[in-house]
Amino acid sequence: MPAVVKGWRLLLTPTLSRHLGLALVAFILLLLLSSQIGAYDDYTLAAVAIFVIATAGLNLLTGVNGQLSLGHGALMAVGAYSTSLLLRGHDLPLILVLLLSLAGASLVGAVFGVAAARLRGPYLAGATLALAVGLPQIATRYSHVFGGEEGLTVPPPAAPSWLGADFPPERWMAWIAIAVALVTLVLLGNLLQSSVGRSFKAVRDHEAAAALAGINVARTQVVAFVVSSACAGLAGSLFAYWSGLTAPAGFGVALSLQLISAIVIGGLGSLSGAVWGSIVLVFVPNFTSGMASSLNLPSSVGNNLPLLIYGAVLVVAMLVVPYGIDGGLRRLLALARARWAGAATNHKGVVDWDDPAGS
Amino acid sequence: MEQPTLDVADLTVRFGGVLALDGVSLKVEANEIHGIIGPNGAGKTTLFNAVCGFLRPARGTIRYRGKALLGTAPHQLARLGIARTLQSLGLWPGLTVLENLLVGSRVRPNFFASLLAMPRADRLEWRLREQATQVLDELGIVSVADAHPAALPYGLQKRVILARALMAEPELLLLDEPASGLSAGEIDRLAELVGRLRRRMSVVVVEHHVDLVMAISQRIHVLNFGHVIASGTPPEIRGNREVSTAYLGEDVKTAEGGTGA
Repeated sequence: MPAVVKGWRLLLTPTLSRHLGLALVAFILLLLLSSQIGAYDDYTLAAVAIFVIATAGLNLLTGVNGQLSLGHGALMAVGAYSTSLLLRGHDLPLILVLLLSLAGASLVGAVFGVAAARLRGPYLAGATLALAVGLPQIATRYSHVFGGEEGLTVPPPAAPSWLGADFPPERWMAWIAIAVALVTLVLLGNLLQSSVGRSFKAVRDHEAAAALAGINVARTQVVAFVVSSACAGLAGSLFAYWSGLTAPAGFGVALSLQLISAIVIGGLGSLSGAVWGSIVLVFVPNFTSGMASSLNLPSSVGNNLPLLIYGAVLVVAMLVVPYGIDGGLRRLLALARARWAGAATNHKGVVDWDDPAGS
Repeated sequence: MEQPTLDVADLTVRFGGVLALDGVSLKVEANEIHGIIGPNGAGKTTLFNAVCGFLRPARGTIRYRGKALLGTAPHQLARLGIARTLQSLGLWPGLTVLENLLVGSRVRPNFFASLLAMPRADRLEWRLREQATQVLDELGIVSVADAHPAALPYGLQKRVILARALMAEPELLLLDEPASGLSAGEIDRLAELVGRLRRRMSVVVVEHHVDLVMAISQRIHVLNFGHVIASGTPPEIRGNREVSTAYLGEDVKTAEGGTGA
């Protein structure tokens, strides 16, 4: 009985140790990688890790729970501004700043999530888009608090002294971002594999049936929104440390749309999809802007080329791998497995299911 | 001996100017299979929707084991011991068959136990998987546990839906057209299964397949245009002239034609 076999495997390796083990291996590998590359690449690596946090949270909301948010850039802004304001004139420990920024974004997410739970499809998209457009305006309107268009500067996190005086700050930033991203992935992975993740999917797939199974649909949607906002806040906080500046221009509608496009390209509904999407999100523009500048194009073309190529990648990805990179890889894996299994069966000969023993 | 499991009195539901249900009353006793039949648009599913809190009746009361049920939200029913299947199935395609059943259970670990993957969440998960495997086994579909529901033939999907409802271990099971789309053989299996369920719960069956309802029910209500036009035991319903003219007359013929096929 396949179900029981699965159950045994579950009992033998408890969820937490399995996920922590995976995260630990990834952490060690990424630290090794980070130590081998230059400061600029470390900076890029940190950006990928930060986007992984935001897109993983967004994928939980949009991919797993089915609530489309076009406003996650604004929730990142809440985290970034919380961090910038907390650090203005104070020197607070990083972990405290991260947690407070997470709490701030969760609070905004909870308020918005209650409204979102009443909205569906295009209405929810419109409302979240309004959040993306409107929230950064607050920073401009109340410039004496939020620094207006100029924004607020954020001191980079200081590397501990035991790492040596000439330890590159970019590397330290990358290590922090990687560690936070992995902790986030472990926690979200726990949720996804649990009954909480299954209720998220049930609500996404059929609300009435979910309600009849005893799931409070509205509450589940708010919970998903809060968890997702917490991730956005965490990413926003790290983003503030990473860029050294929090300004409204950094959190426009474009950021929100990039986050959505990242999970669509990477694969909706899975954490690995968020990782793939973040890699594309960071590396494709990096690569194309490098290409544009090396081609010596006029600035009107050169400035827009990365955007054009990003758009082209999005279109091609939708045509070639409609379920995202993650979906494409899974399909390849399934094909390979079927082929391998097919070869094995051919080797043994056809099994007669009415008489499997062959007597 | 005790309070009826379900006691609907004078239930009236209006959709604008249309009376979908007009003063419907019925009692479902413990461990009883209760059939509700009637032509299309008679108000059968509307009755279920009112009991489940999906719509608000204009008048009337609904009591479950003596307690008022009106005003109860749909998601609170499972905890009270009421499960319902939908005519449109409502399987969650993003979950495997086994996972569909796991969500069907009333037992859920709390959010933080799941977030931190605490041992008790794992233990509960293990227990639920074992229970789900048993239910699948009882319905003879344990072999499709890891399949995605959309990949299954309709008859199997309907059995998964029934399995999911049974995961909640209900005391009152509301089945909305469990036989529609099933083959004659599958309907026989369904009749046998529902008959067995009676030992554990009360079942209300809304169904077009009159032969099935006649075979498994202890009592039957016949609805037509929102009114109860007859109620009683299967032989009483069979002998009721109003019923045969309103509904059974035509349908029995088609059903006879159907059984021959």
